[in-house]
Amino acid sequence: MEFFRIKKDIPFMSYGKVTTSISLLTFLFAVFFLATKGLNFGVDFTGGTVIEVHYSAPADINKVRQQLAGIHLQDALVQNFGSSQDVLIQVPLKQNTMGAKLSEYVVDTLRLQDANVELRRVEFVGPQVGRDLVENGAMALLLVSLGIVGYLWLRFEWKFGLAAIIANLHDVVIILGCFAFFQWEFSLSVLAAVLAVLGYSVNESVVVFDRIRENFRKMRKTEVATIIDNAITRTMSRTIITHGSTQLMVLAMLFLGGETLHFFALALTIGILFSIYSSVLVASPLLMIFGVSREDFIKPERTEAEEVLP
Amino acid sequence: MNRYPLWKYLLILIAVVAGLVYALPNLYGESPAVQVLPLRSHLKADAGLLARVQSALQDAQLAPEVLALDTTSVKARFADTDSQLKAKDVLQAALGEDYVVALNLLSRSPEWLTAMNALPMYLGLDLRGGVHFLMQVDMKAALDKALESNAGDIRSTLREARIAYSGVTRDGDTITTRFRDAEARSQGKDELKKRFAGLELQEREAGSEYRLVANLKLQEKLRIQDSALQQNLVTLRNRVNELGVAEPVIQQQGADRVVVQLPGVQDTARAKDILGRTATLEVRMVDDEHSIGANGVAPFGAEVFRERDGTQLLVKKSVILTGERIDDAQPGFDSRNNEPAVHINLDAVGARKFKEATRENVGKRMAIILFEKGRGEVVTAPVIREEIGGGRVQISGQMNTTESQNIALLLRAGALAAPMEIIEERTIGPSLGADNIQRGFNSTKIGFIMVAVFMIAYYLMFGTISVLALGANLLLLIALLSMMQATLTLPGMAGIALTLGMAIDANVLINERIREELRNGLPPQMAIHTGYENAFATILDSNITTLIAGVALFMFGSGPIKGFAVVLCLGILTSMFSGVMVSRAMVNLIYGRRARLNKVAIG
Repeated sequence: MEFFRIKKDIPFMSYGKVTTSISLLTFLFAVFFLATKGLNFGVDFTGGTVIEVHYSAPADINKVRQQLAGIHLQDALVQNFGSSQDVLIQVPLKQNTMGAKLSEYVVDTLRLQDANVELRRVEFVGPQVGRDLVENGAMALLLVSLGIVGYLWLRFEWKFGLAAIIANLHDVVIILGCFAFFQWEFSLSVLAAVLAVLGYSVNESVVVFDRIRENFRKMRKTEVATIIDNAITRTMSRTIITHGSTQLMVLAMLFLGGETLHFFALALTIGILFSIYSSVLVASPLLMIFGVSREDFIKPERTEAEEVLP
Repeated sequence: MNRYPLWKYLLILIAVVAGLVYALPNLYGESPAVQVLPLRSHLKADAGLLARVQSALQDAQLAPEVLALDTTSVKARFADTDSQLKAKDVLQAALGEDYVVALNLLSRSPEWLTAMNALPMYLGLDLRGGVHFLMQVDMKAALDKALESNAGDIRSTLREARIAYSGVTRDGDTITTRFRDAEARSQGKDELKKRFAGLELQEREAGSEYRLVANLKLQEKLRIQDSALQQNLVTLRNRVNELGVAEPVIQQQGADRVVVQLPGVQDTARAKDILGRTATLEVRMVDDEHSIGANGVAPFGAEVFRERDGTQLLVKKSVILTGERIDDAQPGFDSRNNEPAVHINLDAVGARKFKEATRENVGKRMAIILFEKGRGEVVTAPVIREEIGGGRVQISGQMNTTESQNIALLLRAGALAAPMEIIEERTIGPSLGADNIQRGFNSTKIGFIMVAVFMIAYYLMFGTISVLALGANLLLLIALLSMMQATLTLPGMAGIALTLGMAIDANVLINERIREELRNGLPPQMAIHTGYENAFATILDSNITTLIAGVALFMFGSGPIKGFAVVLCLGILTSMFSGVMVSRAMVNLIYGRRARLNKVAIG
């Protein structure tokens, strides 16, 4: 079985203008939503309390809201979580005057009405911790980006490192843009997924770049655009199959992994889909723009430099 | 060309077999168990305790699957949670308050596996249920307390040295001592310099006053903060022991934070209560004039407390000293007869009060009582032999070295050195933990099956080999996680699934390369060889970038994210081994031996 039996190289580079404008457009959209709507930061970053309770029968959300209003938590966010019997209560930090004691108070209040309320999960994050987590997250993102650029620089050339990291940060911005647009909760595990995608999708660019380098050595006297087209065409089959396999795993996680892993898997799904696109149609055109040439790999034979004097 | 030397096959075989053995305990799963730990240091977990546990369980007609003694505890494993809970109640009633009976999970794997240290993966709180607290130590309070006690000590030092001063006040971070003339100040400075190594002294003039301004030196500040944190850690450990938690984690995090993880604890209210409790210490006189009435009723002005060995003691209600006055307590030896003793340093106020009390009560007994959970216990009740001045107190008599160490610890650690606040809490109920395991397992299984079906259909024999290599990868990854006893979290399980998805990349790269080389007209043996050779550089490159991301996540991530990072990094390493070495070995075994190979099944 073989899906991709492509005889002729696909002239990806001649689509350069179209693909670059598409990615620029999606990128701008993502930035726009990030700027206007912003990320819906989870309790990990903002601080606050999340309480997940389980009722033995389908829960009456309005009743839960009333009960919480009774203890001066009118603004608590109450919603079903996964099933009609599971309820998620989110209390922002500024309403919480009790700190870590709040969760017991809430559960005790809920038990007044239904003694069988089962406490499934509590997450309380104080303001100090949230700040630390934001800082650490930003540091991790920076470190990963620098590490990847540095590695690709060592391994290839600065043009490759820069092209790859721009292409992949473009993926990251698009994932974040999706989270902003749909107002999905952005938690620590989503951040971890984003960083994993960053590391993973660089693979794609590496594979294509490897081929480009090889082609530069093998196919002397060929146009740069043709060399890149050939490299992309010949690695495309692999790109789609490996991403497909990883995507299968991630989709299994998305549908079977339960609520806790939902947004984590979602971020991975979006990230993997876009990384196929970006490594082929963003990184390589960028490489062209940066003016990659054979001389970057093969030391040109020394010619007498003509001295031009004014 | 496609042949490995024998040692390579053997190496791969050994790695896979070792992986199989160390991954095996995870198959057996875990059973509910109870763990009995002695709470007092003079009690040991020994054959006697084992026998008591055995007979108590027998009387209650509970038959544990396994009953074993290890270095610190007696463990009994049961078939179900019902008998586990019943056993806990039975044992707690039978053994009394000197022992902790904790609920635990024990591996069901056979003894020979446990003997070679093959244990199942260590599950994180989000998978086994439990509480995670992050507590912040109030360092400002610790420094304030230290400054306050230094101010008191300055007063008493100057008084003892008969140096005239007009006042000592503490203002924020500084202690200001005022003198009437420069001579007294320089005398005072010399005296204080000798006694207070941790203070930085500066002379200042303000109007007609001669001032000596004292600040804590930086090293002294760090020392105070560190010792406050250490003391809080010890106190927390003692308190967690009472909660009856098996395998608690109490760790310093950063300069001023403490992580407390209590697996299996469901009653978070009680846990918070006990962790945040303030224990106090009191010194009172023993009431030897009266005796305890019938039914343990104390006469007026006195109270009945139990001593550590359980006997009752009548103690007066008026308090001489509280534990706040203790600066330090260290185990040591009596200089006269070399008996084990505890040396206590009191602060200035405490020293004065203690001196008065001992002068008036020579020949009488004094009780040191530790209050916790609102219940007092007499730590020790020595006889006062003489007036004790200078704030250096020695408690000796009828104790061994372990006991003296314990008492010193209790005196030091009875109370928190500085207040603590819970700044992060994560509680996971046991049912959610079990659900999480189930979900993580299911999604990995389904994902694996889907990938396997696709690979075999698409690459035929080479696909089958790839899937087997992927299986070896999973095996090795689980074995490594089990061997390292790294904490497996739900994101960690997701990491297993993700690395499996990513690991197949190596094989796809290789297989695609081989196909390409075949298309280019290379003979099969040659195509296999070049395929592997050419793909390896790319595989290495692409894995290193993911590894960079994994390492960064490990460095900056916390809790569950760290678990994900560990799995990601290990998974990359195992996938390099299995994707390249294991699959190559299989290909070599199948195709490498044929001299004339016309066709390979690669789809």
